[in-house]
Amino acid sequence: MSTRRDFIKQSGLLVVGLGAVPDLLADPLRAAAQAGLGPGPYPDLDFRQLDSWIVVRPDNTATFYVGKTDLGQGTGTAFRQIMADELDMAYERTSVVMGTTDVTVDQGGSGGSDALQTDGWPMRRVAAEARRVLLDMASMRLGVPAGQLAVSAGVVSVAAEPSKRVTYGELIGGRRFNVTLTGANINATTGVAPLKPVQALKIVGQSPRRDDIPPKVDGSLRWAVDVKLPGMVHARNVKPPFAGATLVSVDESSVKSVPGLVRVVSKGNYVAVVCEREEHAIQAARQLKAEWKKPATAPFPTSENLFEYMRATMPTSLGMPTVAGNPDAAMAAAAKRVEADYEVPFQGHVAIGPAHAMADPSNGQMTIYSNDMKSYGLRDGVARFLEIPRDRVRVVWMDGPQAYGRTAADDAGFEAAFLAKEIGRPVRVQWMRNEETAWDTKGPAFAIKMRGGLDPQGNLTAMEFEARAADHNHLGYNEPDSVLIAQLTGRRKQTPARGGGALPDELYFIPNRRFVAHVVGLPLVWETPLRTGNLRDPNGPQVAFASESFMDELAAAAGADPIAFRMKLLTASTTDDSGFKRARSIAVLKAAADKYGWDARPSPRPAGTGEILTGRGVAHAVRSQTVVAQIVDVEVNRRTGHVWVKRIVCAHDCGLVINPEGLRRTVEGGMLHSLSRALHEETRFDTEKVTSVDWVTYPTLTHADTPESIEVVIVNGDPNPNRPDLPHYGAGETVCKPLIAAVANAIFDATGVRLRRVPFRDARVLAALRAAKV
Amino acid sequence: MSTYNLRVNGATRTVDVEPATPLLYVLRNDLGLQGPRFGCGLGQCGACTVIIGGQAVRSCVRPVSMVQGAEITTLEGLSKNGALHPLQQAWVEEQVPACGFCQNGQIMTAKALLDRNPSPTDAQIRQGMAGTLCRCMTYYRIQAAIKRAAKMTTAAASETVEGVKGGVA
Repeated sequence: MSTRRDFIKQSGLLVVGLGAVPDLLADPLRAAAQAGLGPGPYPDLDFRQLDSWIVVRPDNTATFYVGKTDLGQGTGTAFRQIMADELDMAYERTSVVMGTTDVTVDQGGSGGSDALQTDGWPMRRVAAEARRVLLDMASMRLGVPAGQLAVSAGVVSVAAEPSKRVTYGELIGGRRFNVTLTGANINATTGVAPLKPVQALKIVGQSPRRDDIPPKVDGSLRWAVDVKLPGMVHARNVKPPFAGATLVSVDESSVKSVPGLVRVVSKGNYVAVVCEREEHAIQAARQLKAEWKKPATAPFPTSENLFEYMRATMPTSLGMPTVAGNPDAAMAAAAKRVEADYEVPFQGHVAIGPAHAMADPSNGQMTIYSNDMKSYGLRDGVARFLEIPRDRVRVVWMDGPQAYGRTAADDAGFEAAFLAKEIGRPVRVQWMRNEETAWDTKGPAFAIKMRGGLDPQGNLTAMEFEARAADHNHLGYNEPDSVLIAQLTGRRKQTPARGGGALPDELYFIPNRRFVAHVVGLPLVWETPLRTGNLRDPNGPQVAFASESFMDELAAAAGADPIAFRMKLLTASTTDDSGFKRARSIAVLKAAADKYGWDARPSPRPAGTGEILTGRGVAHAVRSQTVVAQIVDVEVNRRTGHVWVKRIVCAHDCGLVINPEGLRRTVEGGMLHSLSRALHEETRFDTEKVTSVDWVTYPTLTHADTPESIEVVIVNGDPNPNRPDLPHYGAGETVCKPLIAAVANAIFDATGVRLRRVPFRDARVLAALRAAKV
Repeated sequence: MSTYNLRVNGATRTVDVEPATPLLYVLRNDLGLQGPRFGCGLGQCGACTVIIGGQAVRSCVRPVSMVQGAEITTLEGLSKNGALHPLQQAWVEEQVPACGFCQNGQIMTAKALLDRNPSPTDAQIRQGMAGTLCRCMTYYRIQAAIKRAAKMTTAAASETVEGVKGGVA
């Protein structure tokens, strides 16, 4: 019989660093963790206590406890870097524990590329405070004023007499700091120590390797999918065969023959089967006979008719336009007017591994082993959903297949907890591929109309953007009344969430403009597989596809080079407050053009004659404070319509870079994710159900599509690049934004054909080429 | 239920399951291995890949009854005496994984590819890996790591040859 102590070592509770899983229980502070493996309760850690964040051991190692999760971008490594740097501890002697609700403070988990931009600040400040406290202790110990001490790699010495020294471990190892911090909320947490100027940071800016990679490539890391518990059972869901269907009856006798059947569970329209063995649960889910009644009205139009429907239907909520100047008058007075409609379909998160979780109801508590990026929200949501006291619920965050927003509403976590409570045994839930691809959360579809006016000199004088986003009832984070099992069991919000659109970046100076985004809904609002959630920069790629494609259309209409046309709009004198981002936008556009070797000319290029047509395209975007410019080269096969993006150049400015190699990989992956959305991804449906249900019917980017070359240029375009407080902005999601437009612009450059409907699959491209007689 | 003797990573393991049970569930749930993973259960994505008889095989669609007696290698079986396989080393050098969930399939498929063709061209790598999916889109780094591993392996092989020659001289 293994002990609980063994279990935590085996559980895969992710600890990055020190080469192995440190013994959490060796930390006196983590008595709560020990209790947490028993019956609880699991009180929240107090973020205003230094001990909640940092533990220093007698062997002069330190572990940082942070309330974030790492989705594979190496944020855990970056947290260690910034905290080790402020603490003056050798990086190698630190580790980080993330995202497990009863041993780490609640920083909300991951989302919005905010790990460093928002949550990195309290981490730095508490580490700086720990350093200050340790220097005070050393001052007492060594009998020298703190100002006369030097500290390096966790060793404090007397500056004038270096042989007089004491380590952090000797000062505090195994004991509590007992230092109270201040701050109105966790993001504001601070001590009294100042932060180091960025010029004094030594570990920041290096690229230590991720410690989670070796166990990920040798099979030794235990993931959330790998958790096994004594007495566990396996569950599979039985989804409604038609969207909006009502369960009439379940014939339990249809699965009587399945070995090891534990129970058929149904409540409302939620149905699951539970078996002793996994393959039998799968068999039972397939075999179960249930009668379902179709809804009286079709849940949605077909995917072919989606945009027509979106344009014709009454919006569920109207956006407030942002207006500058007099767009109507300027448009009427324009020498040349351009108008275009852009369409982006629903696209799924489509994780490589379907939703899963294990829930353990032992000892009157509920422990959920999950890859939920927002583990703290899962804890709160499950407590409310099952009406269990919050301090009896804990979530152990572990690695999982990432999907960039999918687990923000962790359906499987709620289902596992619900079934575990019903059955009274640990339950492992895993969705099947068809469930995940059909029923996961979707990025909203967009239909966008753009209009622009140019004066006789080709200057952009007016622009209009009007979007319709199919985003009604956008899913919240782990809400007990909006996760799928809540909807299927009849527990709903009183009113659907409004959802939202988004507007183009307002960096280009356009004297007369009107930007507005409305939200539309489909007939089926609840229990729909077309439920929208936050997909990696939730509206950015759709909006930027329209606005940055249109910028290219305007440049072409003006006979201008696409970069020069944008530069003119960025350098125009303005009185608004976007100058900071504008200066950095100019810097990244220049850096991308330099790296690429851009020669100024209008698009399209002179028509090619061979089977392969080549072209280049640029796009630019801002998200939060991060600015990027991307240039791509494409090859378009005139005979097949196949598009290959052969080269991508990305200039990127996210302020202070913590780990350049980690950043490069995050940029590469984010851009290729958008490339997948540009070339392949579309959720298809008929008037009854989603019909894209696997990797054949929902194709995505493959090795064969991979560019030959990806070049990432890291730019510091801050108007004061040497400032000591250069901030670290959120780096990831901005890169997802402009790429679809860059590809469309390159296809136009190569062929003279403008694609305004995503994705650019071979058949669609070929049809467009043929229609244009290319 | 029937008893099967399986050869997995050089050891013989006995399991008692139904003949049609996909090998994946046996490896994961009966033998405690966690390299191969469920991605689709349809043989489409490659996350469950193991190597059987030198071939990259999708264990989610391979019934256990068909693999009795065959040498099955999982991700856990690649390293030898605690040393990572050159592909695994290359994966670390290139810092390939993002989330890492698919990387079992990437590494095992690459292993079968390099075993067949120790010095593949870029086109052969694209083609050979095309059916193994990654949703973090780490393809660019995977391809770099395969090339790196191919170089490491061919360099090691020529060193061995040099060594033998030296011994003869």
